[in-house]
Amino acid sequence: MSRISGGIINRDAPISFSFNGQNYQAFEGDTLASALLANGVQLVGRSFKYHRPRGILSAGSEEPNALVQLGRGARLEPNARATVTELYEGLTANSQNHIGPLKRDLMAINDLFAPFLSAGFYYKTFMWPRAFWEKLYEPAIRRAAGLGRLSFKPDPDQYDKGFLHCDLLVIGGGAAGLAAALTAGRAGAKVILADEDFHFGGRLLSESYTLGDALALEWVETVLAELNSLPNVRLMPRTTIFGVYDHGIFGAVERVGDHLPTPHKGLRQTLWRITSKQSILAAGAVERHIPFANNDRPGVMLAGAMRAYANRWAVTPVQSARDPIAIFTNGDDGHRTALDLLAKGVELLGVIDTRADAPRFGDYEVFASAKVSDSKGRHGLAAIEITHKGQPKWHKVGALGVSGGWNPNVHLSSHHRGRPIWDDDLLAFVPPKDGPKGLIPAGAAAGRGCTGDALSTGMNAAITALGILGLPAHKISLPETLSEAHKQEAFWHVPATAVDKKRQRKRAWVDFQNDVTVKDIALAHQENMRPVEHLKRWTTLGMATDQGKTANITALAVMAELTGKTIPETGTTIFRPPYTGVSLSVLGGGDIGQNFRPKRLTPTHKWACTRGAVFVEAGQWMRAQYFPKPGETHWRQSVDREALAVRAGVGVCDVTTLGKIDLQGKDATEFLNRIYANMMGTLPLGKVRYGIMLREDGALYDDGTCARLGENHYVVTTTTANAGLVYRKMEFAHQCLWPELDVQIISATDAWAQLAIAGPRSRELLARINDGFDISNEAFPFMSCAELTICQGLSARLFRISFSGELAYEIAVPARYGNALIERLIEIGQDLGATPYGTETLGVLRIEKGHAAGNEITGQTSALMLGLGNMVSKKKDSIGAIMSRRGEMATESKRLVGLRPINPNDPVVAGSHLLKLGSVLSLEHDEGWITSACYSPHVGSAIGLGYLDRGDARIAEHIIAANPLEGQNIRLEVVSPHFIDPEGERLRD
Amino acid sequence: MIIPHPLLGPRDAQEFTYLGDASLMARPDPYSESAEAEFCNYVYLRDNPAGIHRELWFHEQGDRSWLIITRDTLTHEILGAELVSADKLKAGL
Repeated sequence: MSRISGGIINRDAPISFSFNGQNYQAFEGDTLASALLANGVQLVGRSFKYHRPRGILSAGSEEPNALVQLGRGARLEPNARATVTELYEGLTANSQNHIGPLKRDLMAINDLFAPFLSAGFYYKTFMWPRAFWEKLYEPAIRRAAGLGRLSFKPDPDQYDKGFLHCDLLVIGGGAAGLAAALTAGRAGAKVILADEDFHFGGRLLSESYTLGDALALEWVETVLAELNSLPNVRLMPRTTIFGVYDHGIFGAVERVGDHLPTPHKGLRQTLWRITSKQSILAAGAVERHIPFANNDRPGVMLAGAMRAYANRWAVTPVQSARDPIAIFTNGDDGHRTALDLLAKGVELLGVIDTRADAPRFGDYEVFASAKVSDSKGRHGLAAIEITHKGQPKWHKVGALGVSGGWNPNVHLSSHHRGRPIWDDDLLAFVPPKDGPKGLIPAGAAAGRGCTGDALSTGMNAAITALGILGLPAHKISLPETLSEAHKQEAFWHVPATAVDKKRQRKRAWVDFQNDVTVKDIALAHQENMRPVEHLKRWTTLGMATDQGKTANITALAVMAELTGKTIPETGTTIFRPPYTGVSLSVLGGGDIGQNFRPKRLTPTHKWACTRGAVFVEAGQWMRAQYFPKPGETHWRQSVDREALAVRAGVGVCDVTTLGKIDLQGKDATEFLNRIYANMMGTLPLGKVRYGIMLREDGALYDDGTCARLGENHYVVTTTTANAGLVYRKMEFAHQCLWPELDVQIISATDAWAQLAIAGPRSRELLARINDGFDISNEAFPFMSCAELTICQGLSARLFRISFSGELAYEIAVPARYGNALIERLIEIGQDLGATPYGTETLGVLRIEKGHAAGNEITGQTSALMLGLGNMVSKKKDSIGAIMSRRGEMATESKRLVGLRPINPNDPVVAGSHLLKLGSVLSLEHDEGWITSACYSPHVGSAIGLGYLDRGDARIAEHIIAANPLEGQNIRLEVVSPHFIDPEGERLRD
Repeated sequence: MIIPHPLLGPRDAQEFTYLGDASLMARPDPYSESAEAEFCNYVYLRDNPAGIHRELWFHEQGDRSWLIITRDTLTHEILGAELVSADKLKAGL
């Protein structure tokens, strides 16, 4: 145990958890990392490539090493950072990336092959023989690669999405963020303060000094109490702002339930889209380490993190409390850790300071102008070698804190391609001037990390933001505190001494997560992979879950040293969202399964449910696919029955989903004439006409009917799929092309329930609900339309149109009457054989009739191919008319045909390709394809529609339908696409 | 992105459907001698500049107006937003 006094942990609230099957105790307020350290656990995982033993490096979201597998069963989460995992009762964690026990990882053999696993290893090694890649190398690499495992079970938890708006978003709740939020909060601005930690305060929680008369934590609590009391301030702990998007939009993930044994109401995380007029980047800084030989052992930790563990969590990273701790630093910051540890009574070996003029701030040993040059210890640090005054000497230690300076968290400031700027005094990159508009960096993120500076830059950033917002801004009184920046020198890594061959073989890690060493960077340099982008890809530096937060700048400095250039000359990679990993589950935000997209129900849905309908998704619509009757065990039985019932008697189908667009205005006629390719201007009042629409490039894209209900009033129908698109194109044509035309357009799809009543007895059925309108064939012939009343006064629209090829009507009533109408029709039509039918039967009927649908009108086909080339009027202009006449389209020779198997038991499969009898199955001999197919109970075999080269001239020819996927070659006869009633007598009857 | 709708104020870009270059408003004369060539240009050859771009957006989940948005495609800065109808009015149509 290595628990010491103090800390922000609740010792009255013990928590049990398990790691690798062993049970441990810790306290409320602990992270998994601090809890493991408190129990003397140093070894927590294995490195990615060499499977080296690894411990905890940091105390924050930058952690490259301490990645664990959290939870169990379906809640298994790989690559969770122990350093930001809030402890809860019963938490289960396991180490990852090893075969066998963590201490005896079989994959550790990789470390012996290290000389062969250098930078660019994959590119160099797995190039030949070429065929080996797919069969041997890639599967083997994939098995070995990756850190954690997935559960492969559905995620049991809920995720949500939310939208927030504010005047000022403050990113980070440390000294700068709190000062900013308080300044803006008091000024009355609508403020959101977000921090990834579960406790606001940032570094203040990890330091021992005072703010004014109070301890840092007391000041934090006072400010939080005031912010909590302000109704205009929203505090969002456990919330990571992961990306900056255009025009003040920020992406954020709030971990609502990750810290609970089971999430409250199952809600685990919320994805927030925050729109803010101004923002302050107060995201703090991340400490750098200093690479030296074998610097990756468990027990080697960032000195700032060590201080955080001591002050906030009251633990030291040693296995036994008697093990001494050493600090290796290139500046004053490391000494602060030494002082805080001394104050807590921790055994201290001393501070190894690279500077010749190393200061001493207290009663501890200082090794000036010294380096740590090597380390020992199999599963944890046992000893370090200090090279002091040219002499290497081994010292026993239990842990080593390393401080190489601090990198401002510039991440979000470069999301709009702004390049961070090198600051020679700070020895770090600071946010660019051309960062996202309205984003003001403050505090350590702006390179002003000293607490006094952080407070004042935070406050000033808020005052600037308030000024832009036009709100009155007043300074707040800030407590007296540290105001002197720390001194440091530019010291980036401990090079191996040139003469000693044995030492040169030792490796110094730069990027712990990807096992990139100083030597790898030297090799990349030698192989001319010098630009930072190349360096990154050649060595994999800065990749994976931590994105090189503790490695990138150090690597850059090493490369700069090798090239003899300065760091700014060497360059820096910029950052992209997300700041830390965001789970796909939360990005989905609960839009899964039934909630994947909105569901639209037809007006007759309720009735269809009571009839036991099977539904199918048609875009967002749920449509009845077929209505099985008791005893029917296969869908084909239901569909065959429904189709035959329509042809023999009468059937009713909900066709509400077809788009309905209402057009009115004195120029509506002219407008429609320009929209439809065929002549629509001559349509008489009370008549309906079939129409086709082209895209401006000449391709056919939609068809439907156009009904003239009044002198200046039309209702047109579109296909279900294109209802939105046709409406959009009509508004485009009106607003952008011909605003001079007097026409008003509105989508009426949802306003009217529309039912198809089809079959030879449809008129009889209709007569039973008709209030007295003359529907005789003479008074209301094929392609008529009228407004009338039915069922004693219900206003309705009647269209005599037919998709099935039978005598048929479509009747529209206000949507709310749709359910009652279908119920009534089926009830009163029982003796006529009135049968409800679904989309499946609808499809069978239209294929039998040879009517085109989405399978034929794909956007890559033309009116000519459908045999409707003559419909494109030459007497007028319309959208797409000019382009439909250009060479390639005008000479297209494929035509729609019907297809029937020679052997009536053979299947017809849509998508099959059509070839001449006896021709070789190859692309050159391809003559077309089958667009639609079904079993036709009317014909007594499968039938199909398809496009065939010169198809109109090849009726009765035998051809082959090839379906190589199933190894099918089926002989078909080319027939007319009209399998029923080619003369069209039925629908005119 | 936020689209500053001339009538409705700032609106989320998710409410809109994007079309492209505002030159699509200038449909060629179908009765011209060289109509086919002009339509070919109109349909296929539009500018796609890296920089200032006038483009058409449809407020499909809103008031269904077509807008001309002037946008810097490099920075996504919106430099102007007007109703197509207002623009047509200016052009004397």
